[in-house]
Amino acid sequence: MNIKKDDKLLVSKIENGTVIDHITSGRALVVLKILNIKGNEGYRIAIVMNVPSTTMGKKDIVKLEDYYPNSEDLEKISLIAPSATINIIKNYEIVKKYKVEIPSKIKGTLKCNNPTCITRKSNEPITSSFTLLSRDKIRIQCDYCGSILTEEDIIKELVGESQ
Amino acid sequence: MGWLNRDIVNVLDFNREDLELLFSKADEMRRELKDNHVKKILSDKIIGLAFFEPSTRTRMSFETAAKRLGAETVGFTGEEGTSVAKGESFADTIKMLDSYVDSIVLRHKYEGAALFASDIADHPIINGGDGRSHHPTQAFLDLYTTKTLFNEIDGLTFALIGDLKYSRTVSSLIFGLSMFKPKEIILISPPQLSLREEIKMFALNHGLKLREERDISVISDADVIYVTRIQKERFPDLQEYEKVRGSYKITKKLLETYAKKTAKVLHPLPRVDELSPDVDNTTYQAYFIQASLGVPLRMALLSLVLGGE
Ligand SMILES: Nc1ncnc2c1ncn2[C@@H]1O[C@H](COP(=O)(O)OP(=O)(O)OP(=O)(O)O)[C@@H](O)[C@H]1O
Ligand SMILES: [Mg+2]
Ligand SMILES: [Zn+2]
Repeated sequence: MNIKKDDKLLVSKIENGTVIDHITSGRALVVLKILNIKGNEGYRIAIVMNVPSTTMGKKDIVKLEDYYPNSEDLEKISLIAPSATINIIKNYEIVKKYKVEIPSKIKGTLKCNNPTCITRKSNEPITSSFTLLSRDKIRIQCDYCGSILTEEDIIKELVGESQ
Repeated sequence: MGWLNRDIVNVLDFNREDLELLFSKADEMRRELKDNHVKKILSDKIIGLAFFEPSTRTRMSFETAAKRLGAETVGFTGEEGTSVAKGESFADTIKMLDSYVDSIVLRHKYEGAALFASDIADHPIINGGDGRSHHPTQAFLDLYTTKTLFNEIDGLTFALIGDLKYSRTVSSLIFGLSMFKPKEIILISPPQLSLREEIKMFALNHGLKLREERDISVISDADVIYVTRIQKERFPDLQEYEKVRGSYKITKKLLETYAKKTAKVLHPLPRVDELSPDVDNTTYQAYFIQASLGVPLRMALLSLVLGGE
């Protein structure tokens, strides 16, 4: 094999889509999972994991052609990758760049992990609702039952397993 | 903030001033009851008692309180025989009842049911216990009993014993105590049933001094000895229940050995085997007084919320 000395990534640029940068290292696959992207949609996807980052030590990057996050996606991303940057690409150029932000109220995105919380009762017209307690070590509290969810609990609820 | 037309979901929706007002109103009701001269100030009201989970004391004291004040009650206990058993949603049941009555007293096994009901109903929702989260009127009663017995809540040491994890009366009492200045709260429970992290955090953030202990002899420091039942029905696993049942038993001998002469034993009742009947005829016993104060306290509450003059 002909290994290049040049250490630049050889991932071809995407024309239109989204680059999610500065993902907590090791979480790229979780990000794809919560966005419900399986890879068989046919879009071009590049996943880069555990690469050095000046600000984060190590980070993951996900590049998604023809995909643009909606507000619920952004909320979910913020909960598992709080320092993620969203770069919107149009015509190979970044046209918009912003950081995700965990909202102080998280409504509907996430199930409460307490099985006897009223928000878990089936056939009731109720939306889950959490209040952000702490941003740096993520902790949110269910407004209905008072349960506190840690980052680990949130990932479990979002992807159905711990990472 | 006041009480008129307010939902009573969580102790923390109220402040010390509200509680002082409630207690003085309860004193008034006690006098009226004693003089056999209760004004029928709620004679134009109907109160719905929606007890999705069984209860003796809470339901009967609310019903008695309502009737003493001249109000009518309608309602159910348990889901059998209601349309809930046929699969009607909780939301629909509450919506329907809300259109019939002036206020709903609610008990439910799901945490957060009362808050959800208050989102749905226009009339005041009074939480008579929802899952393991809140039981505000029990906490008001516990504080009122303490105040009646000791004149003050500030400066007292409380020992909370038994199931501190699943007991909603314990968490609601801690919320209530955060509005006062107790000297210390001693927590005595088997390790599996220790106070939940979120309640501990709350207490610490609100300047309450907590001390966790395993050995019952530390009740020697307590003024109020608050005993709770290990609640079989809240255990996800019956084996776990069998391991901890009977881990603490408050007896006359134990109290005479360790407790202060002036200490008082409270219990939200019903009791099983954690509190021996031989305490009943001692000066420590205050749980029957506590139960009897449930009626004037709830009369005060209903009159403040429903605005009977
Ligand atoms: N057309 C494109 N296709 C694929 N990836 C792209 C494209 N344009 C930019 N990127 C990627 O988007 C990310 C952000 O690009 P940018 O040039 O803003 O880097 P930066 O200055 O390091 O950004 P930041 O300050 O957010 O770290 C990089 O990982 C970059 O490789
Ligand atoms: Mg960069
Ligand atoms: Zn919940």
